[in-house]
Amino acid sequence: MFDAVGNMFGWLNESLLKMVWLNDLVGRLVEDVLGLSLTSRLGSSIQFFVYDTIKIFVLLSALIFAISYVQSYFPPERTKAILGRFNGVWGMVLGALLGTITPFCSCSSIPLFIGFTSAGLPLGVTFAFLISSPLVDLASVLLLASIFNWTTALAYVVMGLVLAVGGGFVISRLKLERYVEPFVFGTHLADTELPELTRADRFAFAREQVADIVKKVWLYVLIGVGIGALIHGWIPAEFISAVLGDQNPFAVIIATAIGVPMYADIFGTLPIAEALVNKGVGLGTVLSFMMAVTALSLPSLIMLKKVVKLPLLATFFTIVVTGIIIIGYTFNAFGYLFV
Amino acid sequence: MIIKVLGSGCANCKKLEDLATKAVGELGITAEVVKVTDIAEIMGYGVMSTPALVIDEQLKVAGRVPAYEDVKRVIQAAVRS
Repeated sequence: MFDAVGNMFGWLNESLLKMVWLNDLVGRLVEDVLGLSLTSRLGSSIQFFVYDTIKIFVLLSALIFAISYVQSYFPPERTKAILGRFNGVWGMVLGALLGTITPFCSCSSIPLFIGFTSAGLPLGVTFAFLISSPLVDLASVLLLASIFNWTTALAYVVMGLVLAVGGGFVISRLKLERYVEPFVFGTHLADTELPELTRADRFAFAREQVADIVKKVWLYVLIGVGIGALIHGWIPAEFISAVLGDQNPFAVIIATAIGVPMYADIFGTLPIAEALVNKGVGLGTVLSFMMAVTALSLPSLIMLKKVVKLPLLATFFTIVVTGIIIIGYTFNAFGYLFV
Repeated sequence: MIIKVLGSGCANCKKLEDLATKAVGELGITAEVVKVTDIAEIMGYGVMSTPALVIDEQLKVAGRVPAYEDVKRVIQAAVRS
């Protein structure tokens, strides 16, 4: 009985999330139509590129649709009201959790910051939300499960939430409120009932989100898959492991330093991560890279600069970078327990 | 009737403004479509997620760009009331 359930789950995972059949199909096409061996560099790069592109776009569209429907129940205005009822560490934990399901793009980060802060939410809670929001979102978790496995996905989520709560906690301890631009406290967010959404509205919202996000990330995904395919077929494993492998004590720091200035969506980062793991790079190093790309981006830092002063922004940046590096090393040391 | 489109200037805000202007033209009503970009004013409507649509000081849509038919329906409903 348990076997049957296990097999069933395994089948769902293999065929729907990992799409093993698609990889085989693309492999067959590369061999038969293009006449390339899958062990050749070109053949394996093409297989990787075609398979990953199709898989990511199909999963992305399906996942964003489902998740946006859920998100339509958690507009930021409601999130703010919920967070207002909690204090201290619980507020930060909840802020980090709600960050994962509140639909939010970096273009609304200013109104959101002002809304949270002027409503009296502590800085720690707001930053826990701001850190977790780009870092951990439900769609990326399912994609991680598809590319790696469930334990890795779960580990990523837990580590992302720990980083968000930890970051919020340190910021709240440092008492940096004086570095918030004064006008923020003077701006009042009115308490308005949001218009009620019908089911049709929610479906429409989910459809719009899919179109919006695909339009926004398709280029990043193609570039990411392209880089992944290059790593997959052309860059020697010895080179990769010398720079990012476990025997290089600076691997995590290098991966983080490469990731921070990169501005891409998590969906563009995953294929690179996949190719790196295939080349034997430690999971912690790869997680650090992904977190560095998604958690910190220049556009969102520039946005935040309008509402907070430099010392607070620099503290936020330092805490997140340090946290990412610690997570990377921890994972490399204890990752074998999870995977 | 005054229709306000709230948003600090992102692409979606422009899209919503265009939809509202088009709907007003097609419905043949006299209404002014105003763009509100001042954050303090936007937040005065209790809105954090833009774009948002406000008709005669009543918040109708927040945090999304509805389909054109929906924008038209919302404006039409406001005309009747």
